[in-house]
Amino acid sequence: MIEYFVKYSDKLLTALAEHVCLVLISLFFSLLLAALLTLLSSYSSLMSKLLVSLFSMIYSIPSLAMFAMLIPLTGLGRTTAILVLVVYNQYLLLRNFITGLDEVEPAIVEAATGMGMTTFQVLTKVRLPLSRAAIFAGIRLALVSTIGIATIAAQVNAGGLGAVLFDGLRTFNMNKILWGSLLSAGLAVGANLLLGFAEKKLGGKSVEDEL
Amino acid sequence: MPHAIEFQNVSKKFNKASYYAIHNICLTIKAGEFVTILGSSGCGKTTLLKLINRLYDPDEGKITLFDEDVQTVDVIQVRRRIGYVIQQVGLFPHMTIADNVATVPNLLKWEREKINRRTDELLELVGLEPKEFKDRYPSQLSGGQQQRVGLARALATDPKIMLLDEPFGAIDSITRFKLQDELKQIHGGLKKTFLFVTHDIEEAFKMGTRVMIMNEGRISQFDTPRAIVKNPADDYVTSLVNAAREKDRFWEEYQ
Repeated sequence: MIEYFVKYSDKLLTALAEHVCLVLISLFFSLLLAALLTLLSSYSSLMSKLLVSLFSMIYSIPSLAMFAMLIPLTGLGRTTAILVLVVYNQYLLLRNFITGLDEVEPAIVEAATGMGMTTFQVLTKVRLPLSRAAIFAGIRLALVSTIGIATIAAQVNAGGLGAVLFDGLRTFNMNKILWGSLLSAGLAVGANLLLGFAEKKLGGKSVEDEL
Repeated sequence: MPHAIEFQNVSKKFNKASYYAIHNICLTIKAGEFVTILGSSGCGKTTLLKLINRLYDPDEGKITLFDEDVQTVDVIQVRRRIGYVIQQVGLFPHMTIADNVATVPNLLKWEREKINRRTDELLELVGLEPKEFKDRYPSQLSGGQQQRVGLARALATDPKIMLLDEPFGAIDSITRFKLQDELKQIHGGLKKTFLFVTHDIEEAFKMGTRVMIMNEGRISQFDTPRAIVKNPADDYVTSLVNAAREKDRFWEEYQ
C-alpha cells in the first residue's frame, strides 16, 4: 500500500490538489452568494423564509441526480461540479447564518436600533459579531460536506479524489480504493480541525470566554 | 419657547389587533420636565415612548419634537438625537464598557480624543470609576451597574430628550431606590426632558414632576403628583391611589 503511494504519488497528489482546488473554489463562491442572500434576508423576513425553504428543497435532491440534471445545461466538467456544490452549500450556510443572526437577543437589537444604527450597522456591528459561533459552524459544515460531495463530482469528469475512488471501484484496485478514501476522509477531518483552530485564533476574546 | 414633545391626536393600532394601542392622544411636554408614565402592562405606555423615537410610526396624528414633525426628519437622525434606555439594558456583550458608552459617538465618527474624554465624563456621571470599568465587559457587571452603563450610553451625545422604558424594572429594590435618587439628580443637573415609563406607582410619583396615568390606550390623567392624589380624574386613577395607600397601611401595621 505504501509502495503504491510512492509509485503513484504524483497521480495521487494531483488528484488531491484537484480536489482541494474544487472545494476551495466552490466554498469561495458559496460564501459570496450566501453572504449576499443573508444580507437580503436581513431586510425581509419573508425573503429569509422563502430562501431557506427553497434551498432546503434543492438540498434534498440526491447529488448524483443533480449532477446528471445539469449535464445538458453545463456539460461535463468542473463548472457543473462547482455549480452543484455552491447550490448545496446555500442551505447549510443560509440556515446557520440566518438562525445565528435571528438568535441575537431582541433587547440588544432594539437598543442598537433605538440608538440610531441603520439596519446595515445593526447587522455588521452587533448581529454578525454576536453570531460568530453559528456562522463558523455553518462554514465548517459546508466545508466538510463539500469535500464529501466533491468526490461524487468525479462522475461528471470534475477530477479530484473521487476519480481515484471510482477508478478503484471499477477495476477492483484495492490500493486506489484505500488511498482515495483515506485521502478524502483525511482532508475532511484535517480541514475541519484547521477551521476550528482558525476560529479560535480569529475570535480573540470570544463572548463565551467572558461568561 | 417651543414644547419639547407634542402629540396631536395620535393613534396607533397594531396589525391584526382589534383595539387601539394608543387612542387619539394629545399632550404637550415642556423642555426640562421629568414626566413619568404610569399604567399597567398593555396600557400603551411603551408604545407611546416608541412613537417618539420612531421605533413605531403612528397611524394617525402628528408628533413634534421642538416644533419639528418627526415624520419629516430622517428616522436615523431622530433616534440619534434622543437617548433611549430599556429595561433589559441591551448592552452589547462583545464590546467593552467604554465601547458600549461610545456607541453613538463612534457612529458619528467623533475624534478618538473627544470620545475618550466623553466616556470618562459619562462614567463618572453615573457613578462608575472610569479606570476600573472601562475595559470590562457587560457580563462582569451587576444588574445595577449595567443599567448605569445603559444610562451613560444613552446620554453620550447629550440628547435633549431621554426616553426611559422601565429602566429599573429588573433591579432589586435597594439598588433601585439609590438609582432613582441619582437619576433625579442627573436630571436636575442636565436640564433635559425625561420621559420615564414605569408600572410602579411610588416610582412614578417620586420621580415625576408630572405623572401621566394611562389606561387602555388613553391618558386618564396628566398632572403633578399632588394634584392627582388630591383630585383623581376617574375610577382607574382612584383605584391606583387607593392601592398605594393600602400598601402604606400594610407597612404601618409593623410599626
